[in-house]
Amino acid sequence: MTHRPSRVTGRAEDDPIVCRCEEVTLSEVVRAIRDGYDTLEELKRHLRVGMGPCQGRTCLPLLAHILSRETGRHLAEVMGEISVRPPLIPIPLDHWRGR
Amino acid sequence: MRRSADVVIIGAGVTGAALAYELARRGIRDVLVLERAFPCSGATGRCGGGIRQQFTTPHNIRLAMESVKRYETLSEELGVDIEFIQGGYLILAETEREREAQRQAVALQNELGLPSRLLTPREAKEVLPLLDETTIVGATYCPTDAHANPFRVVEGYLARARERGVALEKFTPVVNLEVKGGRIVRVRTCRGDVVPGVVVNAAGAWSGEIARMAGVELPNRPIRHEIAITEPVEFFMEVMVISIHNGIYFSQTVEGQIIGGIGDPEEKPGYDVSSSLGFLRRYARELLRYVPALGQLAVLRQWAGLYDVTPDAQPILGPTPGLENLIQANGYSGHGFMIAPKVAELLADYIEKDVVSEELACLSLSRFMGEVKGEAFVVG
Repeated sequence: MTHRPSRVTGRAEDDPIVCRCEEVTLSEVVRAIRDGYDTLEELKRHLRVGMGPCQGRTCLPLLAHILSRETGRHLAEVMGEISVRPPLIPIPLDHWRGR
Repeated sequence: MRRSADVVIIGAGVTGAALAYELARRGIRDVLVLERAFPCSGATGRCGGGIRQQFTTPHNIRLAMESVKRYETLSEELGVDIEFIQGGYLILAETEREREAQRQAVALQNELGLPSRLLTPREAKEVLPLLDETTIVGATYCPTDAHANPFRVVEGYLARARERGVALEKFTPVVNLEVKGGRIVRVRTCRGDVVPGVVVNAAGAWSGEIARMAGVELPNRPIRHEIAITEPVEFFMEVMVISIHNGIYFSQTVEGQIIGGIGDPEEKPGYDVSSSLGFLRRYARELLRYVPALGQLAVLRQWAGLYDVTPDAQPILGPTPGLENLIQANGYSGHGFMIAPKVAELLADYIEKDVVSEELACLSLSRFMGEVKGEAFVVG
């Protein structure tokens, strides 16, 4: 689906990928949080995490846990800040146009 | 949080961020940016990222031309890759009436030194090979129009401003403005009060509410605009495309995604930013009419933002009649990202040196007293 070559060259056990679609690693997420991007919405805009074809299904729960751990805020509070944007799954433009 | 500041900027969209940077660069560093949510949470972070100079009023054309000059070197200046792609803007026309409007616009633009030109459908297809040129009667093209990533622009501006001493307070909405003797003497926020030198109203679609706190009525109205983005594909279009026929706009990001939207002339003023199925259907229909080859591309996400629209679709800039330390920097009507760099310079000139440029004089709030003649191309 994506045309870009992978940016990730490190070993997964050293720095695991948190967001597969956009290839964002754990250390990048932690650094961004420490730089002040300390809500899910801000992390998303800064790192593109959750903006890929999975619509954040895989990465957002992981991100919420990391964010909760780094900031000491409750998981539910962190999760509650994210907005869900349709469509729920990627659907081709042809479908939306109708026939 | 600071309890006083020479300059209090309300809003951390591109306008507030660019102004904070411009002031700091000139040595005015006691600047406090108050943001109700987080930087880019309003229209800037929801916009298509287009940087167009092909307007129909001299002010909009000049502001955009000067801004493009700044954007061309902004990545180096800010030390942040703003993903600036100067691939031009192709503006499509489908009727003879639209074609006539384009002739007039290009004549004015050329007079002001903009290298825009009229294209035949065949020439338009050379700019965008995937275009179905039978859908149009002509187009205009300006090779120096561009697009960029609004998040990176705001991040860059704020980072360099904060290095120079500017303070940013996010999740800090302004709840009231206290006026005494023709001045704002206190800015009340949910986290305490600030005594301001000057206050800049850069709150975008919420500018009307901010102004009202100080007893000032703005003619601005918030209008929802919806937008969508697809999965990425190989980079094939540098040009950004808009149509004055239906208000569609679309471009390709450096990631390869097609981002675009379409205005709805029936949209009523309001703060609703929900997404609609109707938008997606209309957008897909019009996009695929122009570029049928994109039909297989999947839509990943849709969202909406608010245009801050004035009666003449031009911004409201500069001092407020009757309230000496309130500066307006709003009413961009969907074009704020395009002209923010130059507007920041003009507003900084005013704050730093009391210089009222011709643009500030003509675009001040007081212009809405008489008859209004405005921008005709209110598109992304």
